[in-house]
Amino acid sequence: MSEAVIAVALVWVAASGTAVVFTRDPLRQAFTAGFFGLALAFLYLSLQSGDVALSQIVVGAIAVPLIVLLSLAKVGKDRG
Amino acid sequence: MSVLAYGVVAWLFLIGIYGVVSSRNLIHLVVCLSVSQSATDILLLEIGYRAGGHAPVFVDLPAHPGPAVDAVMQALALTDVVIGAAVTGLLLALAVQVHKRAGTLDPDKLRATRD
Amino acid sequence: MSRSARLMFFAAAAAALAATLGVGLSGLPSFGSQISAYARMLNELAPAQRHVTDVVSAISFDYRGIDTLFEEFILLSAVTGISVLLRPLSDESRQLPEDKAPDRTIPPPSPAVWLLAVFLGSLLVLTGIETVTHGQLTPGGGFQGGVIVASAVYVAYLGTNYVTVERFQPGALLEATDGVGASGYVVIGLLGLLAGADFLSNVVGLGGTGNLISGGTIPLLNLVVGVEVAGGFAILASEFLDQTAVIRTRRR
Repeated sequence: MSEAVIAVALVWVAASGTAVVFTRDPLRQAFTAGFFGLALAFLYLSLQSGDVALSQIVVGAIAVPLIVLLSLAKVGKDRG
Repeated sequence: MSVLAYGVVAWLFLIGIYGVVSSRNLIHLVVCLSVSQSATDILLLEIGYRAGGHAPVFVDLPAHPGPAVDAVMQALALTDVVIGAAVTGLLLALAVQVHKRAGTLDPDKLRATRD
Repeated sequence: MSRSARLMFFAAAAAALAATLGVGLSGLPSFGSQISAYARMLNELAPAQRHVTDVVSAISFDYRGIDTLFEEFILLSAVTGISVLLRPLSDESRQLPEDKAPDRTIPPPSPAVWLLAVFLGSLLVLTGIETVTHGQLTPGGGFQGGVIVASAVYVAYLGTNYVTVERFQPGALLEATDGVGASGYVVIGLLGLLAGADFLSNVVGLGGTGNLISGGTIPLLNLVVGVEVAGGFAILASEFLDQTAVIRTRRR
């Protein structure tokens, strides 16, 4: 049973990782990256790593997409 | 199962590097690099996994708990996740400053010296 | 090197790397079959030796405490690097956004968003403090709890505006927090030297397993690491926020 969960989590991670790379527009990539962070947290949880999943949830869903968006805002503002 | 587990690690690493090589935008490049980095975290945790194991937290366990998974790998991976985010922030700060000086985020158009 | 040449070179290199990875990864024991002897030994011995129930925290802050010290300094230098990179450059200055239409009142933020930000922010701070202090009992600890506390700053910014957030995070306080956390780890390590044992050895009384105060120096180290990581990520947020809202090029 847990093997099936791990297999599903692995496939989800591989698919969202590929999606992150092939999303060329950085603004859309920020959201895809958040989704990838969630997939990673699910994989870590199914591998019985609660500590790592906790860090990954907060970092991958809040910190990284926010700093990507702030960098984009700064870059977009300079362009004008 | 081993093939799937380790294959996903190799796939994520290579696709992340492909994203870095073929990127046209520095911010896109940095996010692809973080995908590559998470592949190493996954490998660490997979090496430490034991089939039928439970988390290495010894409180409120059922009457016959099975073996626990590897706690050393988790200790390595958890600091790696947090520091990976800080280094991603550092690279994004670099990208922002590059844009201010060079006016572009395209790696192909950046030059080492200013004209 | 032109783009297509670079991509072809990458294709060749990636094929070689994939072959090497395949050979290397196939030499690993099959997924889920066994864990190392060191880990098995720690799982057996750590709860009895250190009176903690979360073995991962015991490993991070006691058995391999010196590695965590170095990683904490990596975090400190990354945050310092960000502060240095995002400082106002020679042709920039810090100015608050000016009110270009002073005769019109600013529409107040939506009460629903404001309430959600306040609720989520306070929940995050409480959860973060709980995670930090219970690191030796349940999954958690300084790193996780510190990031949770710092994300309250992010949520506050998302629900309100820059000026509100800036009032609650004076730059000097955040930098002091980061420094106190990093040096606190070294100070607690020096306690070990003062007590006549090795640096970073667990010399404070161990307490009873399952209590909040157990594990000797482990909860203390959790606290200082939590303080440092929270300060570090809050500095990260405020540097990027300053860049977007406040730092602008001086008009020539």
